[in-house]
Amino acid sequence: MSKDAILNAIRRGLRRGPLPADQRAMLESRLHAHPRHLVPSRAKGPRAELVSRFIANATREFATVARVPDMAAVPGAIADHLAANNLPTRFAMAPHPELFALPWDTRPMLKPEARRAEASDTVTLTHGFAGIAETGTLMLPGVPERPTTLNLLPEQAMVLLRASAIVGGFEDAWDQLRARHRDALTDGFMPRNVMFVTGPSRSADIEQTLELGAHGPRQLHILLVDDDAQAV
Amino acid sequence: MKVESPEFQQRARDALANAGLQKALGNFKQGFPAKRAAAVAGLPEFERLRDVGRDIKNHTLAHLDFYLETFARNVERAGGKVHWCSTADDARATVLEICRRANARTVTKGKSMISEELGINAHLEAHGMEPVETDLGEYILQLRDEPPSHIIAPAFHLNREDWEASFRHSHTELPADREFGERRDILAEARARLRAKFLAADVGITGANFLIAETGSSVIVTNEGNGDLTQTLPRVHIALASIEKVVPTLEDTCTLLRLLARSATGQDMSVYTTFSTGSRRAGDLDGPEEYHVVLVDNGRSAMMGTEFQEMLRCIRCAACMNHCPVYGAVGGHSYGWVYPGPMGSVLTPTLVGVDKAGHLPNASTFCGRCESVCPVKIPLPKMMRHWREREFERHLSPPVARQALGLWAWFAKRPTMYRAATRAGTWLLRRLARGRGRFASLPLAGGWTAGRDLPAPQGGTFMAEYLRRKRGGA
Repeated sequence: MSKDAILNAIRRGLRRGPLPADQRAMLESRLHAHPRHLVPSRAKGPRAELVSRFIANATREFATVARVPDMAAVPGAIADHLAANNLPTRFAMAPHPELFALPWDTRPMLKPEARRAEASDTVTLTHGFAGIAETGTLMLPGVPERPTTLNLLPEQAMVLLRASAIVGGFEDAWDQLRARHRDALTDGFMPRNVMFVTGPSRSADIEQTLELGAHGPRQLHILLVDDDAQAV
Repeated sequence: MKVESPEFQQRARDALANAGLQKALGNFKQGFPAKRAAAVAGLPEFERLRDVGRDIKNHTLAHLDFYLETFARNVERAGGKVHWCSTADDARATVLEICRRANARTVTKGKSMISEELGINAHLEAHGMEPVETDLGEYILQLRDEPPSHIIAPAFHLNREDWEASFRHSHTELPADREFGERRDILAEARARLRAKFLAADVGITGANFLIAETGSSVIVTNEGNGDLTQTLPRVHIALASIEKVVPTLEDTCTLLRLLARSATGQDMSVYTTFSTGSRRAGDLDGPEEYHVVLVDNGRSAMMGTEFQEMLRCIRCAACMNHCPVYGAVGGHSYGWVYPGPMGSVLTPTLVGVDKAGHLPNASTFCGRCESVCPVKIPLPKMMRHWREREFERHLSPPVARQALGLWAWFAKRPTMYRAATRAGTWLLRRLARGRGRFASLPLAGGWTAGRDLPAPQGGTFMAEYLRRKRGGA
């Protein structure tokens, strides 16, 4: 059987048999503790600094960021953004409780449809689980309330992100997911899919020259809700 | 993929004379090193992270059996299936079988070097399926029936005119007189064409930058989003990965990600870094119903415990080739197989045999730039030297080179003779140069002097100078 052949070849190379129980236990405990390594200083700092670093890094990677004072103001900010960019007001929206709870009736011309994205969608709106300051990256777990296709299929992807969900480094984002998500199938914390998204899709395959909008969204618009008193 | 490494010397000569390639290499040499340098300058901890990255990989390799078993167990817990494949034949047969059971006609693919190594496309085509490369660079190479020339920028050797010509030739359903005013027009046409393929695909095949033992996840890193569409839309996702891709935890992955994009494209982070774990969960509105990991050995386990084990730390960032003067002169196709540049010069002889790929470790100036930029500190020049030694031991180097080395060794073992001979040679060359200081051509070395002049010796031999200075002459 290939599995045994491969494992035995590895052990032959390492000049040992299967690991003894005490060494296995040591490795198990490393997995269990999943220790952090050197975390760069750009992943650390006071709240306000992390939020402004997130914005600066996301913008540098060609995302656009609109700061919105509170949840109630989100539909207005979306309407303004769509109008300014001449985009359709009908869009696919993640079936997430915080998005359902937005006061959509304040902007009746907006037509959010709670579902996954289809190839015909021009605009989508999803909910950001976390923002990572060190690189301006969004963490978007693919769960029933946040279908993955919303991140990929439209020309224009919008993401609602609470400022309080901005963390310093990648490790902090994983800690949030470890603490707050339960996967029923594995009884662990990993959903089927987790995307780290840093700016809109791009390619430099043609003559090493950057062009935005390769296969994914041409524009990534982050609606950043200022719900963090320490970070405004 | 066919191994054409034995023809390295001829291919390199052709590459040097290829004006289009040299133009593309000009762009290339300006671009990547400057971008990397800027990204590294923006992260003061980068050098220390290289040590951490090396240590993570060394730890993993020392316990590779344990981490592979843990990874496989966690994939299966998440509803996925792991297929262990010792050889390229096993892997091709496994992929074909999964595609057949899915009644696949169209198979989309994300960029994967292991897929090139295994020749997956040809195998699927031979069995009546349509594999479609979706990375923009890989897509045009598929249209042109060319292999990639770089591991992260597979089509950098093509210029804009080549793109336009290939698109006009292949996309015959579009008006022949359409204009490509900008690069974005080329991009838009590819996007529209490939969108249809993404939607039609029954199976999506991606590679993996990392496999995570702790969670049973495969990770892909892309800028275009094609890999994500490949693994999200079809009913079946196959992740192809070689066994050394496994790392223990998410935290280990975080460190390696901080090294990867900066070393590769000079980005702080690629646009999409995606962690896939098992198949679609109850309630999920999208994602594949089947998730397979095809775990490929194909020569890796035989590197364990040898002087080439450290090569298994490689995270395929391409920094070594981006900084290599030889690669920068002859491009990737000269190397004649999947992996070019310094990492290819070490890996190719390991995987296809030093008898076929012996030229590659010889095509090095040993300047050491590759090792100095490697994010996991692989001693690439040292390993190329190991290959040169093995090639010599196995009598694979050409007779003239062997005789010359034998002659040199005879003198080197007799210091008095050696000094006398170098003294005589220095004197002779100086006399022959007659004040010009250089030779434009030399008898028996016409090939060498065709591309450069030989400087004539100035002053005495090294030993003569050394003794003079030791006596206080300097």
